[in-house]
Amino acid sequence: MTIDQTVLRKELRQFITDSFLIGDDQVVFADTDSFMKNGIIDSTGVLELTAHLEEKYSVTPSDDEMLPANLDSIDNLVNFIQRKLSATAAQ
Amino acid sequence: MEFTKDSLKIDAAAVTEQLCQTIRTQIRTRLHKTGAVVGVSGGIDSTVCAALCARALGPERVVGIMMPEKDSSPLSEQLARKLAAQFGFQAIKEDISGGLAGLGCYERRDEAIRSVFPEFDPSWSAKITIPTNILEKDTFNFFHLTIENKSGESRTKRMPLAAYLQVVASSNLKQRLRMTTLYYHAEKRNWAVIGTGNKDEHEQGFFVKYGDGGADLKPIAHLFKIQVYQLAEYLKVPREIIDRTPTTDTYSAEVTQEEFFFGLDFYKMDMLWYALEHKVPAEKAAEVLGLTVEQVRHGYANIERKVNATEYLKLPPLHAV
Repeated sequence: MTIDQTVLRKELRQFITDSFLIGDDQVVFADTDSFMKNGIIDSTGVLELTAHLEEKYSVTPSDDEMLPANLDSIDNLVNFIQRKLSATAAQ
Repeated sequence: MEFTKDSLKIDAAAVTEQLCQTIRTQIRTRLHKTGAVVGVSGGIDSTVCAALCARALGPERVVGIMMPEKDSSPLSEQLARKLAAQFGFQAIKEDISGGLAGLGCYERRDEAIRSVFPEFDPSWSAKITIPTNILEKDTFNFFHLTIENKSGESRTKRMPLAAYLQVVASSNLKQRLRMTTLYYHAEKRNWAVIGTGNKDEHEQGFFVKYGDGGADLKPIAHLFKIQVYQLAEYLKVPREIIDRTPTTDTYSAEVTQEEFFFGLDFYKMDMLWYALEHKVPAEKAAEVLGLTVEQVRHGYANIERKVNATEYLKLPPLHAV
């Protein structure tokens, strides 16, 4: 399974806005902005985010992958999801 | 500012005298109370708080409340009694198991555990842990649930969100019922409730809002854990309490505070945190603590994330104005 990067980016932004910003799309954050440093999600939010990745994209981060480098911005998420999906497709 | 291995050393005698003075003044003039009620768990923090209050107010104006429940270690009560005997204050035991059962604490918690491990039954014990390799990687905190049966067999899985939240919400009933019990004893005497959290617990959010966070006076909330140990040595509290590994005493399987929340031993965490607060360059902190620069940066990031993520715990109720 592969997902167009633009679609993925849009879906993730919508999920973050709906789930953590109570639908407030006036909050401005860049694709590179850290969710944690900008007060968008906290450690419980990270669990909610990973549950969403599992449900929507069948992507389950391993313990070793629970890193800000994979999960803490739209850009990081897009790269992580695509990498995981490519690895699955290659198997 | 020079950062050395001794940066968190205190003059325990001077700090003790200053704290006793402050406890006396605040209880009398700010709170208008005449004594102190302390929940005593046999842990280092409640021990130091009770000893300070006995010294500040006189043991006859202090009562220590032991509040075991069915998951508590029997050692907690033994140590608390020993402490009370040494410092001369009254110790009262309130078993809160019945109250917790009435609130559905155990039933709700076990239901959440069974959503992860359907084979779990109350003869098993359970605990929650976080990664303890936080200096090696800039990792998020996530939670593992471990169950153990009587023959020592254990199983561990990462917790899904819903199960984690329900286990925590159920377990937090313990701290909240303890707070309620402390206020009963305080109000009946017109005394104050003493909060026993240290700086690590208070600022990184390792407490239950309106549970152990609910108190009138928190005398050691500005002290790092390793400074609390220095006061304990000075106050000559029972050696077994100083040597006891700090646990949560909340889950049926014993879990250390390092495994459950902090992810790092207290000396390293406190020193890293002090260095972070005083803007010590990572290179200097690494040299003093015998760590790599990368490890220091991971430690800084983890502490900052915990302090920020738990900010709401420290807020009073907000007014919508």
